Amino acid sequence: MKPSPELLAGLGERFEHAVIAFVDDDGYPLSVATEFRADPERGVVTLRAVAGDEVQPPEDERVNVVFSHIRPQPGIGYDERRYVSLWGKLHRADGELVLSPERVLGWDEEEMPFFELNERGVPQARRYFEALSAETGREVKPKLARGWLFLRTTRLPFLTATFVPVLLGIAIAAYRHGFNWWVALLTVVGGASIHLGINVFNDVFDTSSGADAANVNPTQFSGGSRVIHYGLVGMRSMALLGTGFYIVGIGIGVLLAALRGWELLWVGVAGALIGVFYTAPPLRLVHRGLGEIAVAVGFGPIMALGAYFVQARHYALEPLLASLPVAILIALILYVNEIPDRPADAVAGKRTLPVRFSKDTVVRGYDAAVLLTFALIAVFAVTGLTARPTLLALLAAPLALPVRRALREAYDQPYALMPAMGKNIQLHLVTGVLLVVGYAIAIVADHALSNPPFFLS
Amino acid sequence: MGVLPEQIEELLGSVLVSELTVLDPEGGLVTHPLIPFYDGELIYLTSSVLFSKKLEHIKANPKVSLSISDPVAVTAEPFHRATIQGDARVDDSDLHAGWERVLPLWRAKEPAIDFFLGKRVALPLFFERAVIEIVPRRAFLWEDGRTDRAPQVFELAGVAV
Repeated sequence: MKPSPELLAGLGERFEHAVIAFVDDDGYPLSVATEFRADPERGVVTLRAVAGDEVQPPEDERVNVVFSHIRPQPGIGYDERRYVSLWGKLHRADGELVLSPERVLGWDEEEMPFFELNERGVPQARRYFEALSAETGREVKPKLARGWLFLRTTRLPFLTATFVPVLLGIAIAAYRHGFNWWVALLTVVGGASIHLGINVFNDVFDTSSGADAANVNPTQFSGGSRVIHYGLVGMRSMALLGTGFYIVGIGIGVLLAALRGWELLWVGVAGALIGVFYTAPPLRLVHRGLGEIAVAVGFGPIMALGAYFVQARHYALEPLLASLPVAILIALILYVNEIPDRPADAVAGKRTLPVRFSKDTVVRGYDAAVLLTFALIAVFAVTGLTARPTLLALLAAPLALPVRRALREAYDQPYALMPAMGKNIQLHLVTGVLLVVGYAIAIVADHALSNPPFFLS
Repeated sequence: MGVLPEQIEELLGSVLVSELTVLDPEGGLVTHPLIPFYDGELIYLTSSVLFSKKLEHIKANPKVSLSISDPVAVTAEPFHRATIQGDARVDDSDLHAGWERVLPLWRAKEPAIDFFLGKRVALPLFFERAVIEIVPRRAFLWEDGRTDRAPQVFELAGVAV
């Protein structure tokens, strides 16, 4: 690709010097620095001649001229990394060297974040591992310490999405009926296993569909674990791991159903189907713009109702209602995390809501969903449909403000959105924890006071 | 006292970014900005597998040059410019941890590398790295960075082991 006039025009402002590289008589590259000025109208770069017979660049041969810049940061390292590499022939005019560039390459970290540069290098990394394996006769693969690899592969920190609705369901049952600790423990382990299975299979299908390869802007909150894409874990191992999690989760579910009531299978089967068909064909819910709803149902009412059922042995309206705010907020985590993924998702055919709708619609959708969440919490608590101390959860609402601001200001900047993604996860977690705390207060009040006041019940 | 002239050693000890030029299979020149390290005998650079074309090129043709050209990237005073030609070797025998032998030299120039290394789980392929070892053969020194004056030339072939 030839350099554009705009690129040539900007060289003088972005760089202080040039380095001319050519091949010397011994066949070694030789590079020498000099001053330069660009002439975008003529499409040339004029370089001040260098002195010394041994370092004279050749005329009418292809040379490489590089412009490089950093800004040192004492005690840290450096930033403002950028370079431009031009290839072309030199000729002499008026005692100067004139480069007519034919090709350009470069990188500026202000235009392409370092993380994206890394992602764009993954295919080259995989080729290198393959070539090195062939060269050495042994399989050469990237590595991570086992603990880190497990954390990354399973996306363990996202388990809060399971813990919140499960603990909420258990807390409601404990308040209204009673509490069985070992059943609660099995519920948490079973729910977490299903969740981890979903995470792992999500990566299997995202790699198979090409979504991982197409996504060059993953963040710590979006883009999946990428362990298959990076070559850290094989597809077969991932499929086995995911199957293992499902077996444990389903096994615990069946055990709990046998012990506490077979009606548990209604929500268990629904949850498992949503998990599998979230990314798996033929339904591929996330590809049809149904991912947010699927996640909301799975990590809201289904988890809360299931956890409530195994304690109380029946279904009830309260865990369903109490889990709706949690369901909306977990869907909003997915919704915001899909924003940086939308170019890659579009390529892979994942018609998520941010892929389908404009920025304005997506941002307004976020605002409306947050308002609805906290309105539901208030209405349910005030009317006594949920325990009144759950009004505490309204305290989490301000956490949505920095997310709103970031969506407006950094919608197209994946890495600038990362703090907002973190805040959005906190919004779900803190709201969920405060709802559980609300029920805990109601339980304590119920046990400590013979006739608790209405605002504590 | 190492194998290179003292002024060039001082430059190598402080420079944050140099330009490494290698030859591709067609004999074309490819230049990469990289942070160099020096132990008195060999010049070291490291490259992630993410940007490993240069490693393939060096394996096919070990002739390289390294330019120290940017006054902003050098803290040594007075500022000089230098270019070192040499024969490079790629050590990719242990991509995961082999490069950590140059970590003390890296840390001295870029302390933030420890922070990034702590985030290895987020950048797993970036820290799968080969070491490029350069045996210097010839060096050019431009005092005060003046390339409008002829350089001093130092023949070093046979000096380094």
